[in-house]
Amino acid sequence: MSKASRQAARHGSFLLGAAITAGIVLVAVLSLVYTPRDPLSMDLDARLLAPSDAHPMGTDQFGRDLLSRVMRGAAASLVVGAVAVAIGMGAGVLLGMLGGYFGGALDEALMRIMDAVYGFPAVLSALLVTAAFGPGIVISMVAVGVASVPIFARLTRGNFLTLREREFVLAARALGARDWTIIRRHILPNTLGPLIVQATISFPVAILAEAALSYLGLGTQPPNPSWGLMLKDAQSFLGRSPWYALFPGCAIAVAVLGFNLLGDGLRDLLDPRAS
Amino acid sequence: MRRYVLRRLGAFVATLGVVSVLVFVVIRVLPGDPALIIMGTEASPEAAAALRRAMGLDRPIPVQYLEWVAGALRGDLGRSIQYDVPVGNLILSRLRVTLPLTLLAALFMTTLALPLGVYAATHQRRLGDYVAMVASQLGIAVPSFWAGLLLILVFAVQLGWTRAGGFDGWQAGIWPGLRSLILPGIALGLIQAAILTRTTRSAVLDVLRADHVRTARAKGLSERVVAWKHVLRNALITIVTILGLQLGQLLAGSIVLENVFYLPGLGRLALGAISARDLPVVQGVVLFVAAVIVTLNFAVDLLYGLLDPRIRYE
Repeated sequence: MSKASRQAARHGSFLLGAAITAGIVLVAVLSLVYTPRDPLSMDLDARLLAPSDAHPMGTDQFGRDLLSRVMRGAAASLVVGAVAVAIGMGAGVLLGMLGGYFGGALDEALMRIMDAVYGFPAVLSALLVTAAFGPGIVISMVAVGVASVPIFARLTRGNFLTLREREFVLAARALGARDWTIIRRHILPNTLGPLIVQATISFPVAILAEAALSYLGLGTQPPNPSWGLMLKDAQSFLGRSPWYALFPGCAIAVAVLGFNLLGDGLRDLLDPRAS
Repeated sequence: MRRYVLRRLGAFVATLGVVSVLVFVVIRVLPGDPALIIMGTEASPEAAAALRRAMGLDRPIPVQYLEWVAGALRGDLGRSIQYDVPVGNLILSRLRVTLPLTLLAALFMTTLALPLGVYAATHQRRLGDYVAMVASQLGIAVPSFWAGLLLILVFAVQLGWTRAGGFDGWQAGIWPGLRSLILPGIALGLIQAAILTRTTRSAVLDVLRADHVRTARAKGLSERVVAWKHVLRNALITIVTILGLQLGQLLAGSIVLENVFYLPGLGRLALGAISARDLPVVQGVVLFVAAVIVTLNFAVDLLYGLLDPRIRYE
């Protein structure tokens, strides 16, 4: 057993986070091949039923099984989170890399753009983009992803600024290595640890943002199941069917908690200075 | 300090410029004709052309941008298509709800988080610290709009202590107005309070380990004097920085909470404008909120330089 594995095995919150995250991922994958009932199938005779053996989480206003919808909602949340983080990380790493490595006016211009993008939290950029293109899951993924670009760009830039002056980089340059080779083979691999930690921390933020956008009607569109959208529908029935608002909300909170614990744990293990 | 302020001011103006370009580009330049977005694809070509002329869309893009920015600097953000009034006036009238809501959430956040964070740090690895950290971890995981729904469920639906939402306006009195904002303020401030608790704890712990604190203790000062006079004052540099950034997050978050509690603020204005295809309003609200967030970040930078001389000499 390696030293890192032994440290991970002793880190309580990392283990708890990993277990919750594994559970959520398992449910999401399972929901693609199996759900207790069809999450889209309506049954108008079974509207707003309380939790029972037949429907462990009850049913919604169209008689759809909430457990099946919450399960399928996990898949939607994970996909949106993954794509949004990929967008944020891809664009952020590229911009941070260019600014941090080449410096000068390019770096200054890129950082001003990042400062400006930082002024657009996901909800705000979603409002803007939805006004131009209409609502949808793609819009919410782009909006959430764009909102996280500055974090990845600043992190990458900071690491590049430090690493570009280190001896092994100066040696590679003295040996005639090209800029792209130095970036790809010498600097980028050394920034991966903090980037992986940041991606894990950004993931729950993306899940929360997607849920908020779907709640506002700017993200996933009906009849597709999404935790935020379910909460929006549940609001109209708070007095009559309070459980309707409980289960999707709990699902968001548990997923976010799991990823947060995992991210914190990974930070402690991979990037002890940051923690 | 002067050089530092001038440098930050230059960066701030440039950032505001980029914000205005982003807002303009998304609405006017990306694929999609604003005239058709507003009127719908069923509009006749003549009507669309007339609207394009009226909105100045037939002029070159750079000219349109400069005219729009010049107008925005004068406070002229165009005219609402839905309400037929200046967008600036609409924003100002809706701020009467959004601003108090944001401030109330900020008040809740600091009142809860600062004492809790200091307590957790000064009682590290004891029961109180663990309880505070578990509570903050849970607080960060709860979406603000779900917290809002739960508050409505408990205090409006189950206990009947308050209304489920709505706002009668300040003319009905300060207390009825504030009462409508208390639950949304708590829901909005909760997640940020959880973040601030952790930041405060971490900042106070950092200072507790510093040499000057050890010296203060060695001099025989009481723990209370050490904590409040020597620790908190130094930890405030980090706390104030995070607090400033969180104000921007609260303002953006109010867009969601206003929709949970049916409050007639900027968020409801913007969402209503999207449904009504009222692009000047969407553009105006987004520009306003983004500019406020960038300004808050600038203020934080200045404050940071003021509080910590090392920053301004970097």
